[in-house]
Amino acid sequence: MSEDDGGCGGAGKSRNSGEYFTPYPDQVLENVLENVLVFLKSRRDRNAVSLVCKSWYRAEAYTRSDLFIGNCYAVAPRRVTDRFKRVRSVSVKGKPRFADFSLLPPDWGAHFRPWVSAMATAYRALEKIYLKRMSITDDDLAVIAHSFPNFKELVLVCCEDFGTSGLAVVVSECRSLRVLELIEDDVSDDEVDWISCFPPEGTTNLESLSFDCVESPINFEALERLVARSPLLKKLRLNRHVSIGQLQRLIFRSPQLTHLGTGSFAPLEIAGQQQVDNREPDYGSAFAACRSIVCLSGFREISPEHLPAIFPVSANLTSLNLSYANIDADQLRPVIRHCHKLQVFWALDSICDEGLQMVADSCKDLRELRIFPIDGSENIEGPVSEVGLLAISIGCRKLQSVLYFCQQMTNAAVIAMSKNCPDLVVFRLCIIDRYRPDHVTGEPMDEGFGAIVKNCKKLTRLAVSGLLTDRAFSYIGQYGKLVRTLSVAFNGESDIGLKYILEGCTNLQKLEIRDSPFGDSALWSGLHHFYNMRFVWMSSCRVTRQGCTNVARQLPRLVVEVFRGDGVEGGERGDFMDTLYMYRSLDGPRTDAPQFVKIL
Amino acid sequence: MDRKRSSLNLFEDIDLNYKATELRLGLPGTDDQPEIKTSLSGNKRSSSEMESSTCTDENESRSASPTKEQVVGWPPVRSYRRNIVQGKKESSEMGSGMYVKVSMDGAPYLRKVDLKMYRSYEELMEGLQKMFKCIIGLYSEREGYNGSQHAPTYEDKDGDWMLVGDVPWEMFITSCKRLRIMKASEARGLDDSL
Repeated sequence: MSEDDGGCGGAGKSRNSGEYFTPYPDQVLENVLENVLVFLKSRRDRNAVSLVCKSWYRAEAYTRSDLFIGNCYAVAPRRVTDRFKRVRSVSVKGKPRFADFSLLPPDWGAHFRPWVSAMATAYRALEKIYLKRMSITDDDLAVIAHSFPNFKELVLVCCEDFGTSGLAVVVSECRSLRVLELIEDDVSDDEVDWISCFPPEGTTNLESLSFDCVESPINFEALERLVARSPLLKKLRLNRHVSIGQLQRLIFRSPQLTHLGTGSFAPLEIAGQQQVDNREPDYGSAFAACRSIVCLSGFREISPEHLPAIFPVSANLTSLNLSYANIDADQLRPVIRHCHKLQVFWALDSICDEGLQMVADSCKDLRELRIFPIDGSENIEGPVSEVGLLAISIGCRKLQSVLYFCQQMTNAAVIAMSKNCPDLVVFRLCIIDRYRPDHVTGEPMDEGFGAIVKNCKKLTRLAVSGLLTDRAFSYIGQYGKLVRTLSVAFNGESDIGLKYILEGCTNLQKLEIRDSPFGDSALWSGLHHFYNMRFVWMSSCRVTRQGCTNVARQLPRLVVEVFRGDGVEGGERGDFMDTLYMYRSLDGPRTDAPQFVKIL
Repeated sequence: MDRKRSSLNLFEDIDLNYKATELRLGLPGTDDQPEIKTSLSGNKRSSSEMESSTCTDENESRSASPTKEQVVGWPPVRSYRRNIVQGKKESSEMGSGMYVKVSMDGAPYLRKVDLKMYRSYEELMEGLQKMFKCIIGLYSEREGYNGSQHAPTYEDKDGDWMLVGDVPWEMFITSCKRLRIMKASEARGLDDSL
């Protein structure tokens, strides 16, 4: 072992003092371990390894290259950079998910700044950054561009506070950039032609470029040139300022694409530009040239009559996202009929129960289904219902993940799904009409959700809706032993419901509740478990300031934030706390909390 | 069991006031809840063990629930997704309403008018005058809008800027893409070119 250079032998020596020592037997073992641990990728396994003894802790810390921070406030950046020395990839998650629904006031936090500052010096070899629901500024992007000479991948999901000027800096300075994916971010239009800022000469290393959420127009000619000299490009997701004619040109340039976001999928004039060319190109031929496409999305402003253009690739598709396309069942039929390999399907409820039946008939391999509502009003005649859900459950037995928005539902259909699709890992049913019982029997939806937790033994994520009593929660507590994420909104009857959850769901990590009648005594019953969780969110419930303070006092390492969803200072609305957001932290309360947040 | 009873006691203190026991769709502590809420809470109560005679009556009366008040963040669809789809909806609705942008030289912001709301040029002028607090005056074929400070112009389907009023009203509303209230001095040039 002492003959090893570079690798861990040399590292073992240099860690101590930089001089050569004959390694102790312990150190030999540590070196061996490091060699082995390099192959260990799972962070759960690594966490377990690090707990064995100090020697294993050090070895693990030295070899962890992928860092995952599930809650950016759970730990300070400095603690992380002190422990892990050779990190190549970092994932950080910030705001709680309910921020997506305007329940978190702006400027709440989740700033990437302290992280990027710490990493700029500690992790010079950093290659990948993945952020979700973080606030990242153009300055932060500049720090990334300047600090990491080997930087390869930037993925930003649901992030905000940056703009096209920050993007320009990244693409011009990160010469090894392989992946730039902007997914559902809020990107400000600084009127910078960032696409033109890629290095102008030579081939690029680009493998994936996604900017479908960027609302500003792009320089198409520059994009076309970029695509033409990116031979490794496999994933390209365009924004809605790219017309169908321009899409066709891009596809011709890049027939090796596997993942394509189609942009507007509409002719030029609708894409907001002057119509130059009156001829109707044969859009189908472009897709025919693209035999390797397996994943299609986009269709931002689709002219439904152009949908048949995708026929040549439909038989190969494993993923189809039509969730921005307001199409009906008749328009869906000719496409979905061929999609026998489809595993992921996202769509709007405009396809109706009839469209769902078609999916059930054709897509026997379906694993993930998401149906979004066109119209979010309550108490309307919804286009999809228990009929569609039942059809899917009968036709798609391999289903693992469901997100289904509807206006009405029955227990029978949900029970049927629980039996037909035992592999369900994610079940999120949103009955938009709040407090709605089973519309056939008038019963609460308890039995349906009960069946899901009982029969779907792999279930880790659950979102409930409709009229639910304490009984539903008793089922979840009793059977939902693997549930890690639970979303509750406008449900429940009394404190007992939340108690069932906190006492029963031993693997619960993320709990988000809104507008439900759970109060202080229910909250208290979770004391034994809160340190094991990533966060608890309760808004418009019945917890009081005293109740929250009691929890905060009992659990010193729990950061208990209270605030109002409208950003007004104080925290209370009437007798109860408007929003309670709490999470464990190794480094105490954060120092960047805005005025309207009170940390108890 | 005890805890449930104690929460019952709490409710009894407030005299079976449903406003206190109901699950609030709006904000706890506010009193402006629409009538429908009680029948909804009636439903919930009937499925629990809590006693209430009035409950069952309201349970039966729950036929078609009237519209509920708007709730923040419901349904849980990301605003990004909501905007995109509704943006589409708006543009298709614009075919049925006829919204055009109206700008006035010197005014800081754009407005929108639905041309379908008006049946004649007079009505449109009245509307615009109210909106921008200006005087437009009457149109005459010979003199255009001479005699007033402002002249309304519009961009037609071909992209040309015309003086409002020279074509029949029906033709106008189908060809007008946007309106601009110019200063009369500038509009004179337009007039000459017709």
